[in-house]
Amino acid sequence: MSEEIKRIEFTKEMKETYKILLPNMLSVHFAIISEAFRGMGYDMELLTTCDREIVEEGLKYVHNDTCYPALLVIGQFIHALKSGKYDLNRTAVLITQTGGGCRASNYIHLLRKALAKAGFAQVPVISLNPAGLEKNEGFVINLTVIRRALAGVIYGDALMLLANQTRAYETIPGATDALLERYVTLTSDALRRGKLVSMHKIKKTVKAMVKDFAAIPLHRTQKPKVGIVGEIYVKYSPLANNDLEAFLHSQGCEVNVPGLLGFLQYIFDNNIQDVKLYGGKKSFLYINKLLRRYLARYEKVIRKAVTKGSDLFCPAPHSHVRALGDDMIGLGCKMGEGWLLTAEMMELCESGYENIVCVQPFGCLPNHIVGKGMVRKLREVYPNANIVAVDYDPGATRVNQENRIKLMLSVARENLAEKEKETV
Amino acid sequence: MGCPVFLCPTVENGVFLRIFCYGFDRGKKGCFRGKAQGFMLKIGMDVGSTTLKAVVLDENGKLLFKQYRRHFSQITEKIGEMLREILSCCPEAAKASFAISGSAGMGFAEEFDIPFVQEVFATKIAVKQRVPDADCIIELGGEDAKILFVSGLPEVRMNGTCAGGTGSFIDQMATLLGVTPDDMNTLAESHTKIYSIASRCGVFAKTDIQPLINQGALKEDIAASIFYAVVNQTVSGLAQGRKIEGNVVYLGGPLTFLSSLREAFDKTLGLSGVFPENSLYFVALGAAYSEDTKVFSLADLIEKTAHYEKKGEYLGCAPLFASKDEYDAFYARHHKEDNLPLAALGKDRRAYIGIDSGSTTIKAVLINENEEIVLSSYQTNSGNPVPIVKEFLETVYTTYPDIRIMGAASTGYGEEMIKNAFHLDFGVVETMAHFTAAKKYEPKVDFIIDIGGQDIKCFQIRHGVIDNIFLNEACSSGCGSFLQTFAGALGHSAEDFSRLALFADKPVDLGSRCTVFMNSSVKQAQKDGASVENISAGLCISVVKNALYKVIRVSAGESLGEHIVVQGGTFLNDAVLRAFENELGKEVIRPAVAGKMGAFGAALYAKEQAKIKNLSQSGILDKEGVRRFTHTVQAVTCKGCTNRCKLTVNLFDGGRRFIGGNRCEKPNEKKIVKETYSLWDYKRELLSGYSSFEGERETIGLPMVLNFFELLPFWHTLFKNLGFGVKLSPPSTKKLYLAGQNAIPSDTVCYPAKLAHGHIQALVDEGVKTIFYPCLSYNMNEGLGDNHFNCPVVAYYPRVIAANTAFPADVRMIYDDFGIHRPKDFVKHFHAMLEREFGGISLAETRTAVNAAYAEYEKYMAQIREKGEEFLALAKEKQLPIIVLTGRPYHLDKEINHGIDDFIKDSGIVVLSEDSLGNYYTKRRLAVLNQWTYHARLYGAAHFVAEHPELNINFVQLVSFGCGVDAITTDEVRRILESAGKIYTQIKIDEITNLGAVKIRLRSLFAALEG
Repeated sequence: MSEEIKRIEFTKEMKETYKILLPNMLSVHFAIISEAFRGMGYDMELLTTCDREIVEEGLKYVHNDTCYPALLVIGQFIHALKSGKYDLNRTAVLITQTGGGCRASNYIHLLRKALAKAGFAQVPVISLNPAGLEKNEGFVINLTVIRRALAGVIYGDALMLLANQTRAYETIPGATDALLERYVTLTSDALRRGKLVSMHKIKKTVKAMVKDFAAIPLHRTQKPKVGIVGEIYVKYSPLANNDLEAFLHSQGCEVNVPGLLGFLQYIFDNNIQDVKLYGGKKSFLYINKLLRRYLARYEKVIRKAVTKGSDLFCPAPHSHVRALGDDMIGLGCKMGEGWLLTAEMMELCESGYENIVCVQPFGCLPNHIVGKGMVRKLREVYPNANIVAVDYDPGATRVNQENRIKLMLSVARENLAEKEKETV
Repeated sequence: MGCPVFLCPTVENGVFLRIFCYGFDRGKKGCFRGKAQGFMLKIGMDVGSTTLKAVVLDENGKLLFKQYRRHFSQITEKIGEMLREILSCCPEAAKASFAISGSAGMGFAEEFDIPFVQEVFATKIAVKQRVPDADCIIELGGEDAKILFVSGLPEVRMNGTCAGGTGSFIDQMATLLGVTPDDMNTLAESHTKIYSIASRCGVFAKTDIQPLINQGALKEDIAASIFYAVVNQTVSGLAQGRKIEGNVVYLGGPLTFLSSLREAFDKTLGLSGVFPENSLYFVALGAAYSEDTKVFSLADLIEKTAHYEKKGEYLGCAPLFASKDEYDAFYARHHKEDNLPLAALGKDRRAYIGIDSGSTTIKAVLINENEEIVLSSYQTNSGNPVPIVKEFLETVYTTYPDIRIMGAASTGYGEEMIKNAFHLDFGVVETMAHFTAAKKYEPKVDFIIDIGGQDIKCFQIRHGVIDNIFLNEACSSGCGSFLQTFAGALGHSAEDFSRLALFADKPVDLGSRCTVFMNSSVKQAQKDGASVENISAGLCISVVKNALYKVIRVSAGESLGEHIVVQGGTFLNDAVLRAFENELGKEVIRPAVAGKMGAFGAALYAKEQAKIKNLSQSGILDKEGVRRFTHTVQAVTCKGCTNRCKLTVNLFDGGRRFIGGNRCEKPNEKKIVKETYSLWDYKRELLSGYSSFEGERETIGLPMVLNFFELLPFWHTLFKNLGFGVKLSPPSTKKLYLAGQNAIPSDTVCYPAKLAHGHIQALVDEGVKTIFYPCLSYNMNEGLGDNHFNCPVVAYYPRVIAANTAFPADVRMIYDDFGIHRPKDFVKHFHAMLEREFGGISLAETRTAVNAAYAEYEKYMAQIREKGEEFLALAKEKQLPIIVLTGRPYHLDKEINHGIDDFIKDSGIVVLSEDSLGNYYTKRRLAVLNQWTYHARLYGAAHFVAEHPELNINFVQLVSFGCGVDAITTDEVRRILESAGKIYTQIKIDEITNLGAVKIRLRSLFAALEG
């Protein structure tokens, strides 16, 4: 404990011989993206473990008041390193780092501390961050990497959006998941080989996806439509949220989880907003606007394909979400999920997903502000908003969480019944 | 009729009844109907955390049957029994529609495919039927609290994962007072005053109540205060900004049985709530009324429940003992001294007395000249330790009429009071007492862990002195009394309960968290069919895990020490002891008097001190003195300063008295250090120079919250130079907090942030029309870190205020995002705001004012640093010990720090702050990302302390409960200090107003400094 912890750089030599472990945040996206990285010479492996011991390891090696995502991600790494499956002198771990005023920026340091404490000080930690916080010779983010990873995000977002809609109404059970599986394999294989990366190919592939999903036979019934927002890891990771999507599905709901592309654009929004509010270089502003526009083009691909190729729902463009956020909370609120969380709730309300589960780790500071802190104001604008805030941490039990969600669903069903009455 | 009115089964079992059953004689239960009729009956059941309630309705909604009983977590069996009862009472219910509600019923409903109605929703349905004109429903259950707003915008609120103020909470508090909840209700009726008690969770409340008990506050007043605490918790935790008004309905067990609780709600809300008939059964009624029911043949269901085999699907851990042999070996090791006879008094008849007045128990030990125990006692203090000590002394004098008591000492929470009451010679801080006792059993002891009723204490010993102390903080209970409470809830005595644990085959894995979480984990385990044996074992294991991983925070393989002594009442439980050894993989020593080590240590201390001080005999009350002993209690409000503490004055015969409840030592007129040096005082003094004033322009309201404790000089000067007036919000008080609490949207945010609502309300109440409370993502850049953020709460709380305060129409709040870290840009943006809101102020004028503001801020910070240098030099010169008391600027607020700085100062120690050392540190490489301005100072100050071994200087960090970022700083600061061999002391603070545990901690630190 007494030594300062040294950072071990991931060198070019390591790239040849090391295996890189990746935490599982979004099952679909990360499965595709990890394959994309494999194609670029990284021996990457996505950790899909969900053993109880993961939490135990996290509790042992991370300050217990630290947020749950850090505890889980670190616990999952240590659990994997202890499993004996990996050559400890030939394994590195990869973690994302956002670099904002939220404590999440410190995950990487907590991870290093924890690894050292657990006796894995030799394992290099690679930071994947947009802010250039840490550099590794053997892990260079160049345009090729960005384009392939981005393609993975687009495919992930599109698949998540489509599958969630058809899964709720499919007449042949399992049809959606079979198709999803097929596309995950297809896109993973392609990205590994560096294919399906160009804008043109992405357009074509997403179009085909929409067509295939739209062809799944559906039986449209009135189901509560539920959106999930929250701290990004807990929002997406089944390990963290006790498989919330599956639970909601089992309760007869249609689920909507806003995609990752919005969050990526939000990062650039914040840089732009910083210059606007506090001043800064024009060039910085320009670059960020350019990058945001670049992302918006991809978003448009999904939008166009879904709206033109099917009668399925497609969320509003990020520019609209941003405008909503600006109205309600102001774009200056940028730590953690910041204004985006509030704005996503608004967008969900506008799109008919007014039943919302807002998930957060216990003691998550930004969520006091942008989640629970805004519910009252939000309900003034959207009186139908039916929001339940659920805390996740090692001590929270599933039964309590599910009970609270069930309460939200009871109200949702009641609202649904009343709506039906009105239409009759 | 012919149907029996069933007695509550718990009475038949002779089990002590708590909240849900003690009102069994109220209202008739059982069957209320005449002849069978030809239609489908409706059955609704409510399976709560501890009880099962059932109703049967006929087609007109008439209640034919109602019944409740505790289910002792045997849910399937009890539901089966209940169905049999229903069938025998209403034979035509052979085929009936049936739905279940209640969180513990979820598993059963799934298993038998019975429709499940969420319980809040069920309540809503029932209220719609039975109290159609209700506006708002308040329902308290065993482990949950709910508010439903029915009229207007319908809303439902349930308590979150962190929540006290429920039935179990009241239960626990009653246990603490040594009465039944029913008694507590009666007591509360004749209260005369209300103390402020935190009810966020049991641990907090206990830390508030215990000192009250120890100080001798009247049980009547404490009981009423507990009810008011529950009300406050419900209002602040659940109403979340929405006003509770109109026709309010009270439901659920606690509100059904406790009239004083209803009264507390009435008084606080300023209304008269409705208390409907069958208020206990509303959830069950809702299930019955629900449209989502299914028709069942009861006989089939009963048959199925009878043949239902529990599936042990819960998460389990390894059993405590793998074999009988293992148990025998364990037993032989730890019980060899069980039947040793007590020692006798020596020929010289000399003896020493030690008394440990703990949080729930009181221990007394009498030793002879050979330091052997002659007599001892271990009792719960039942809310008043004084008569128990008196009784012990009487026993001593009757048993040994010719005894010569040479010295007597007290320790524990009640140390001062017992010392005063019985005229003991010495008081010793409990950590020292325990260490003294442990040395007696293992001279080489290097680690002591004591798990008592309410607290966990651990000390690491290095080179013969206490080197590190761990105490359980606000949110890490899981101590002994919690096992006892669970034992009671599941219908066992504490001893039986622990015995059951020993041979459990698959103990439930309950993790390691606070009591409230544990309750719901147990609920989950019950749902999954865990047996009482396995639950008991699981609880014992979780107590151990809690101590190891939450309090001490060991990581696997890390050794606590080579010679570990375990003690405290909880370790008398063999299952806990075994779990501890298993978890450590090491054998430990449990002294035969493990429960009385504090008292034993105090007696040893008395002997040692008596020798040093050369006492010819102890000053303790003699036989006659004990006979004459009287004790009366008065409650008064202290007028010594503006704090207006509520004091309890204990008067004893012969004019001895003891005053409790005070924050300072003034009332007891004890050793007060004349000259004190506190930078915290100095900072407050500087800030008080920036007071409210009138200007030519309108008056701007500034809330004295969070970062204003540092930026006040900046904003104050800025507005002053622009010709505005400034109105500051008044100093924080509990009352001010309560005035704003119904606007708090997130109950788990830190106390400093929650206070902000009260400050804003105060400004509005004082007629301020413009409130300025800006959002600041970034703080001033002091160049000490990788960035200079504020934490998300400090940065954006103005937004929460704006979104959750019902401002009058003519009041505006300005909460723009500003970047004070970039002065040039700031001028422009601030000017734009002025143009938008006020107009008529030029950019040049703004620039001048802004420059003055920065200059004033710099001056303020420089003054602090200069004072720091001065105090440092002074401490060196006078050889005074120094404590760098750190935290956040807003910890200056006395309502937030509860006078901790005064306590240190009054002990003759120089108090510095982290920013006062600013001249001595620069940016350093750290093992964490150092990106918050306030935190960078913490690291800087820690480095200063670490690098000055020649100074008698120590570091104490205040941490607000719920502060997410401090999870990072505390670890790093600890690392910096410990790498230099310095002691790191962290103190968690929240709404709790007493300093009991904090004082022990600080006194132990002082003792370690001296040693």
